[in-house]
Amino acid sequence: MAAARTIAEKILSRAAGTDAAAGETLICAVDAALGTDASGPMAIDHYAPPPTQKAAGHLAAVRAFSAEHGIHLHEIGEGIGHQLIVETGRARPGALVVGADSHAVTYGALNCFGTGIGSSDLAAAMLTSKVWLRVPETIRVVLDGRLGPGVAAKDAALALIGRLGADGAAYKALEFTGPALDTLSMDARFVLANMSMECGAKAGLFPADAATRDYLDGRADGPFAAVEADPDAAYADEVGLDLQALIPQLAKPHLVDNVVPIDAGLGQPADMVYLGTCTGGRAQDFRDALAVLRRAGGPKPGVRLIVTPASKEVHLALLADGTLADFAAMGAIIQTPGCGSCCGTCGSVVADGMTVVSTANRNFKGRMGNPNAEIWLASPETCAMTAARGRIADPREVLA
Amino acid sequence: MSVLFTGRARRLGDDIDTDTIIQSRRKRETLDPAELKRYLMEAWDPAFAATVEAGDILVAGRNFGCGSAMEVAVTVVLGAGIRAVVAKSFARTYFRNAINNGLLPVICDTAGIDDGETIEIAAAEDGLRVRGLASGFTAAAEPLPPAVRGIVEAGGLVAYLKRHGDFQTAAPAANTIADQP
Repeated sequence: MAAARTIAEKILSRAAGTDAAAGETLICAVDAALGTDASGPMAIDHYAPPPTQKAAGHLAAVRAFSAEHGIHLHEIGEGIGHQLIVETGRARPGALVVGADSHAVTYGALNCFGTGIGSSDLAAAMLTSKVWLRVPETIRVVLDGRLGPGVAAKDAALALIGRLGADGAAYKALEFTGPALDTLSMDARFVLANMSMECGAKAGLFPADAATRDYLDGRADGPFAAVEADPDAAYADEVGLDLQALIPQLAKPHLVDNVVPIDAGLGQPADMVYLGTCTGGRAQDFRDALAVLRRAGGPKPGVRLIVTPASKEVHLALLADGTLADFAAMGAIIQTPGCGSCCGTCGSVVADGMTVVSTANRNFKGRMGNPNAEIWLASPETCAMTAARGRIADPREVLA
Repeated sequence: MSVLFTGRARRLGDDIDTDTIIQSRRKRETLDPAELKRYLMEAWDPAFAATVEAGDILVAGRNFGCGSAMEVAVTVVLGAGIRAVVAKSFARTYFRNAINNGLLPVICDTAGIDDGETIEIAAAEDGLRVRGLASGFTAAAEPLPPAVRGIVEAGGLVAYLKRHGDFQTAAPAANTIADQP
């Protein structure tokens, strides 16, 4: 009888054509690979649009390489590579999809083993269709309850990272399970999978269910070989999170695991509020933020509010329902879909001594282009409430 | 035992992230390690890069290289003439990028290594040994997974594939997912 396996063990075993347990290093066949303009060709998202002469020259080289080798290239404005991988149905249940960017873990929301690799790995994957991977141990994350008004999946992700620490899941996979899964939309699952990187995880895996199949309908041809964990699979650890009891969370500068409940940051002045990224740049994120801004009377004059949709699909959805018009009327700056200001490679930068409150996944020193600025991380709702007050504020004031 | 590297220990802290190793904004102009090396560890100490000498060894605490998977965070270290990093633990993307570029990642408890002392990294039959020549520090480091030793020995993944043409362990053809029931 075969040994009981986790989702990670099953997907990597299948990809390597063997039956492997955590700890083994395998040569795995990949189902798809993503590169970005910061790691290799395929999705132009980090320099979108290019901010310097040299960056523009770099993009020209990316285009030439893609054309020469017949690689599908997503151009400036199409969006963040990870969002494009999920929107175009390339991430599907049971698949192994590698991305030369750490937030490839986002695909785990679709029961796909998505993991970040480097540029050399990407070159090897393009040449051989293979990648070396150590089969990770798995931490089981049991989600219970339902998120309350003004509390978002981002808050759950931050709470989890605060609990586990920046390396609490290093070399390991997270497997999300529990009764709360039925209440979490795909957009919410993308946030949790995406942020699993920030506690060091190699993958953040969800089971496939009706929400997964609804999302993939029209994006990818099924049927899909959904992968479930065996009931008696071996886990390295188990953590529980009660969403019902959760309140908004903040990650203080300059580490993502520097997590505090919102009470500990209330009143912190904010100069720029950033809505976007592969964590917080999907349609529902902007709609939730706008709802808070409307109730709170719009952004406070003097606060720079930046809106960067994660992709063209998101951009078009927000144009169609009037969300972007409302943001623009409020004075928000709408940036080109892509990585934007998140990692300082293009987009709006702040001055020395300024504070940014962002829906992004990282707050490292200098991350957004100025090492003398501070970055706080929060949910779209908390960011919106902060824009309205000009200081960190609790969205439950207007939502509860 | 054969000595792999001898060099000056440059002590760093825990959770050194990739933006600290090399600021993302520096990538606006170039990805060339020869140019970027002057910004090495800029967010930690702007004066650090100028004090680095070829052969220095970075010594860190937990979770070295957390954050981005950008390979330039490894190549900039190599560009500065550093051939090995000793840390209590590595972020997984940094660990694999180090192996894939021929930067030796050494995992052991580093608490007893003094800043500036000369340390020695040697290969033993069952793994690696780290020794501080002034402090008398010694530690056994975890061996690299057998499947990737050939990559380090070749000097990186690109050199390995140029030599062998493919990974040396069999794997099925790509896209077998489509064949599943």
